[in-house]
Amino acid sequence: MKKYNVVTTISYPKKGAMGKTGSWRIFKPILDKAKCVKCLRCWIYCPEATIIRNKDDTVSIDYEYCKGCGICANVCKVKAITMEREVKKK
Amino acid sequence: MAIKDLPDTECVLPGSAACPGCPATMGLRIVFKALGKNTIMVVPACCTAVIESLHPHTSFDIPVMNIAFEAAAAGASGVEAALRQQGKEDTTVVAWAGDGGTYDIGIQALSGALERQTNFIYICYNNQIYSNTGIQRSGATPYGAWTTTTVGGKTEFRKEMGEIIQAHHIPYSAQTCVSYPEDLYNKLKKAKGIKGPKYIEIMAPCPPGWRFPMEKTVEMGTMAVETGAWALYEVENDKMTFNGKSKLILEKKIERKPIEEWIKYQGRFRHLFKPEKDVKRLKAIEEHTDQMWDRYRRCYL
Repeated sequence: MKKYNVVTTISYPKKGAMGKTGSWRIFKPILDKAKCVKCLRCWIYCPEATIIRNKDDTVSIDYEYCKGCGICANVCKVKAITMEREVKKK
Repeated sequence: MAIKDLPDTECVLPGSAACPGCPATMGLRIVFKALGKNTIMVVPACCTAVIESLHPHTSFDIPVMNIAFEAAAAGASGVEAALRQQGKEDTTVVAWAGDGGTYDIGIQALSGALERQTNFIYICYNNQIYSNTGIQRSGATPYGAWTTTTVGGKTEFRKEMGEIIQAHHIPYSAQTCVSYPEDLYNKLKKAKGIKGPKYIEIMAPCPPGWRFPMEKTVEMGTMAVETGAWALYEVENDKMTFNGKSKLILEKKIERKPIEEWIKYQGRFRHLFKPEKDVKRLKAIEEHTDQMWDRYRRCYL
């Protein structure tokens, strides 16, 4: 990344600028790949861009940053995404 | 245009400071998909100024300038003038402000920029409150809604910013909603291709501000359009066309759903239903919406 030598305050883009936001999550989206019809509604509506669109239009979920809002599960017409309670890691 | 055809460009990086279920980042993702990376954004004080996250990092992968609350359009005018001087006229300048920074505090700068025919896109994401500062009333808050400064419900109706903008007779203005990504994308693509000032307003249902569960953001936007509380339209050189469901409502091909269907899911209207139903105020909201649609039909059909 090009750094600019200027007097004013500049922030530079970084993935996870607020840390690993996946820790905010209470419910976790679980994708059932067999049910998915590749409509990509979850991808376009995800507010965090944590639903990753693959080359063949299948999707995968970035659990490191997913905040668990549940919009993807709610907009899925075939109910391929379900929300499950997060279990505490020991 | 289907969802599959939208480009992969991603300028909102994961791990931002937005609330879960935020409509602003949802809208921003589609905005950047339409405008591409050759864009400079000007952001006044609003939720987006927080979503950018903390120095020395930012979640937006494009140049962003933060500016005072009232100065979004003025700042964008300056950026546009500087780019014009340097001969970089293919860069899109976007002012992205909330409804407080558009309806109330920023209207003077916005009106000035539109009058000067500045070549930029002004986007207002309208969540009908000052959410960033903790849910205060704004000019866009609808009648009867609770905010921390209108306890017991707002007693005035919201103003029609779209019609104020139309009075400037700019080349392009539009109203859209985050729940309709294709509509939003098409309108931005169209705005990008037009020279001169463009104004786009995006309905953005805010989960903490409106008091509804965070997974319902998309549903609330859809309901706002289907009940007629929000209209999807675009105005091109003073010619107004309605889009999608709003067009069907305007032409009376479908009956709009009662506003009650939309507001009963929102905690900010809870006092209209509990402990008993406030029929008088619900009727007032319904009548006001009917008046709005009658006006649309009279002027634009």
